[in-house]
Formats: sequence, C-alpha cells, structure tokens
Amino acid sequence: MKRVLIIDDEPLARMVVLEYLQDFKEEIEVLQECNDGFEGLKAIQQYQPDLIFLDVQMPKINGFEMLELVENPPSVIFTTAFDEYAIKAFETHAIDYLLKPFSKDRFKKAVEKFLAQVPSQAIKQTESLLGTAAQSPAQHERIVVKTGTKVKIIPVADVEYLEADDDYVSVHTKEGSFLKNKTMSFFEQTLDNSQFVRVHRSYILKIQDITRIDPYEKDAHIAILKSGAKIPVSKTGYAKLKQVLGI
Amino acid sequence: MASTQLTFSKLRVAFLTGGLVWAALLTYLVHGFGFTWYIALADGIISSVLLGAACWLINNNLRYFQPSKGSYINIFIWCVALAGACTFGCRWILPYINTNSVYTSFIVQSLTIRFFTDFLAIGWMAMISMIWYSQQDQKENEKRKSEAEKLARDAELYNLRQQLQPHFLFNSLNSINALIGFKPDEARKMIHQLSDFLRGTLKKDDQQQVTLTEELAHLQLYLDIEKVRFGHRLMTEISCDQKCQDSILPPMILQPIVENAIKFGLYDTTESVTVSIRAEKEDNYLTLMVQNPYDPKTARPRKGTGFGLSGVQRRLDLLFARTDLIETHANDNIFTTIIKIPQV
Repeated sequence: MKRVLIIDDEPLARMVVLEYLQDFKEEIEVLQECNDGFEGLKAIQQYQPDLIFLDVQMPKINGFEMLELVENPPSVIFTTAFDEYAIKAFETHAIDYLLKPFSKDRFKKAVEKFLAQVPSQAIKQTESLLGTAAQSPAQHERIVVKTGTKVKIIPVADVEYLEADDDYVSVHTKEGSFLKNKTMSFFEQTLDNSQFVRVHRSYILKIQDITRIDPYEKDAHIAILKSGAKIPVSKTGYAKLKQVLGI
Repeated sequence: MASTQLTFSKLRVAFLTGGLVWAALLTYLVHGFGFTWYIALADGIISSVLLGAACWLINNNLRYFQPSKGSYINIFIWCVALAGACTFGCRWILPYINTNSVYTSFIVQSLTIRFFTDFLAIGWMAMISMIWYSQQDQKENEKRKSEAEKLARDAELYNLRQQLQPHFLFNSLNSINALIGFKPDEARKMIHQLSDFLRGTLKKDDQQQVTLTEELAHLQLYLDIEKVRFGHRLMTEISCDQKCQDSILPPMILQPIVENAIKFGLYDTTESVTVSIRAEKEDNYLTLMVQNPYDPKTARPRKGTGFGLSGVQRRLDLLFARTDLIETHANDNIFTTIIKIPQV
C-alpha cells in the first residue's frame, strides 16, 4: 500500500485527483489533503508519504519552494495549469507532470509509472528535480528557508550577502542569518548576476550594499558593506566586481 | 481622390486664366509700340502659347520627378533651355504674320527682353509646381502614416484586451472537470458562465465604450468563476454610486485590475481574502478603486505596476493619450489600484 498526499490550493482540483484515485483503491491510500505549502510541509514530515501530488502555484510558497524545505523528499507528480518555466524541468525529472485539466487515462499513466518504479530511483529523481528547480518561477525573487519549525521567506532585496558554511549556505540579512541547504554555485547561477557577484570562493555579495573596497595584502581586497561587515575579495572576485561595476 | 481631381481642375482653370491675362498684356504692350491690333494680338497669342507650352512641360516634368536637393541646377538649366526655345520660336514664327521690316527689327530687338521675361515666367512656374507637388506628396505621406498608426494602435489594443491569463482558463476547465463528477448542475452552470464571459471578451470593441453597469455585469461572471475555483477563500465587495451607473468606460478595463488583485491577494496569504471594488464619480471622471490585502513582508517584489496593470496603463494611454490615469498605493497591508476614466 502506497501512502499519498494531495497538495493544491483549489478544493476542486484536489477533488479531481481524489476521484481519479478511486481506481487505485487497492494500491494507494490518501493520507490527507493540504491547502497550501505549509500544510503540505507539516504533513510530509508527519507521515513521510511515498508520493505527493503537488500544484506549483500556491499561496505564500510555491510547490518548488516547499520541496526545497523537505529533508527526504518523496516522489512527486506535479499537477499544474501551465507553467512556462517548469515544464522542461518536469519533463526530465519529476515522475510525471499533469497539465490541468488532465484526463483519467493520462492520470492513470502517471500513477502506474510511479507504481512501477524502484524505490531508490524515486529519491534520485526528486533530488535531481530539485537541482533543476533553478528554473522555478520565484527563484530569483526570494529565498525560502526553515528556522526550527517555522518557514521564513526572504525577499532577495533583503539579502546582504551569502556565505558558504560546510554543506550549507548562510543567508545574511538585517534580521540575522539563515541556513539553506544549497550550494554556492546554485546561488551564483540563480541570483541576478547584475546584482550579486561571487567575490570569493565562500562569498556572494550584493553590489548595492558595498560602501568601500580596500586593498588588503597582495592581490586581495576587502569589501566593506553598509552593515559594517567586512568580506574578503579574491583576485578573480575583484576582476568580476570591476567588470560588473564598469571600472 | 475626388478632392485631388477638383484641385487639378482648379489648377487647369488658373493656368488657362494666367495664359489669357499674359496674352492680353502682351497684346496691349506690343500695340503700345505702334503696331496694329491685328499684329499685336497675333504676337501676344503666339508668344503666350509658346510660353504656356513651356510652362506646361516643366509643370508636368516636376509632377512625376520631384528633384532631389542637389539637382536644382538641373531645373535652372531646364528653365533656361525652355526660355531659349520660346524666344527662338518667336524669332522664327512671328515674321510670318507680317514681313514688315519695322516689325522684324522690333522682334530682333525685343528678343533679349522676351528671353528674360519667359525665363522668369517659366522659373516661377517651376517653383510653384515644385512647392505644390511636394506638398501633395507630404499630405499623402502623412495620411498613409496616420493610417498605419491607427492600424497599429487597433492591433495593440486588440492584443491588450486579449491578454487573458491562460492560467485562468485552464484552471476553470479543471474545476469544471471536477464538478462534472459529483455536481453536474454546477458544472453546467460554470460552463455557461465561462462561455458568457469569453463571449463578452471577444465581441468588445475599444472604440465602443460600455456603461459601468454592463462592465460590472461582465466582471461578475468572472468573479463567480473565480469563487467556484477558490471556494470560501475569496470574497468580494462591490459598491457603486447610483449616479455612476451610466458612466462610460472602455470595455474590459476593470477585469485585469481585479484579476491582479485576486492573484496577489490570494497568493500572498493562506487566509481568506476580500477584494473590494468601488466606483465614484468626481468632476468629470469616473474613479474606480480596487483594493486587496497583501503582506508587505513576504510579498513577491512587484515590478512597477505589475504585468496586468501595465497593459491597462498602455490601453488608457492609447485611448486617452494620458499616462496619469492609473495609480497604485501600498500601505497598511492594503494594495490599492485607482483608475480614472474621463467622461465626455
């Protein structure tokens, strides 16, 4: 028996999935329906389901952002109306993606695909899905992090700088710093590179926040931010900065 | 086309009159030198016909070949050549009227003055033609340009009206799909609402403004569909003064604003959301205000006025040639969009 969650903000959209799942009574058990990403997150942690049906456009945090916060993400079948950014990513990495409105046959195919796959394969698929989530809609506008049990949404405008921290990246804002389980190169690729520059192996800076750049030892520089933080700038980082600033 | 025909026939009359006056003056002048009326008249007519032919030639030439800036010298040479031809014509034709030696010597002596008057007349004609035809050309160009602009504007307005979010359509169809299973009556109702709404968006022409009552009725269809989709989470308040019900506005101008308000209102919170729409009439403006709650802390950064709103702004700009008819405010967790529609 596979255990399943349905996460969608439109009640009628969940109803369709529920109705179509009637045909899989033997194999699939629906644990809960969730109204939004927060409920979804809680339910995933509580039940550790095998599969989730996930909408992309939802209040506060979208489907991708919710997935980023899950530690051992389950298999995912996306159900969405139309998403310019995401379809490509779905095609390669999600178990399946269903474009609303979808037919029963199409839905059956997706579920059968899930039932047929080897469990270890599922985890890999979802992980690589998250890797391509760089193309998800709101990625370059905000960063979603988890602090304890709470979810925190940081608009990119509030970010001062990013710092590598072992396997995590520490996102520094006025309100403090938050850990995000992504790599520096992920942020280097997703953030708007006319605003953010990777000045060092372990640092990405927001250009607007720089007040001064001073020389420091040979070849190295140090950037001083509005908040007073001092950030090392490597030789190649300095070259990149000069290029973006046009000096 | 009729008007150009008219101006051309007018031109011909003026040309003919000018020729007659010229012939009369010349006759009078030659008679003044002591020749008989018969000789003077023949001289006048022949010279004028020659000059007229030259003028007609240069006019026709310029009608089809507008000289470029550098080629005025060619016109000058043309004028000199034509004046020379006229004078030459006089020199060889006029002696046939009268072989009198006094008249012949008068002809020879007057050749220089004939040449210069002819040259001046032809030059004058050339100048008039040039100005006339370049003006005609310019008028035509302007007409073409304004026609092209109008076409482009119509196309743009059409496109702006068509900017229905595909999300809306697909999600509505999905809701209908769900309703068919357990509430077929409601599914049917929603299909009717959706088709009425779509029909409304298709037939609207920007030039024909609609009354606020009509626009609100159309908007209500949209709101009903959205309410089915989002259930109890979406609530709306519409207040409209009695006296603004007959105010006119461009069709489908309110819908994108409300759509924007619903989208940002609903996706900014997990609670239920009230979108309020208020219409007032002030001075000669119909003022429409749409408000939705939003969360300033976590709201996705809005770029400018947002996609839906920039379309509305462009439409108002195209229709009323003004960019100050739309404004947005964000304070106290309420996002407000205000548009003003000038009333004639």
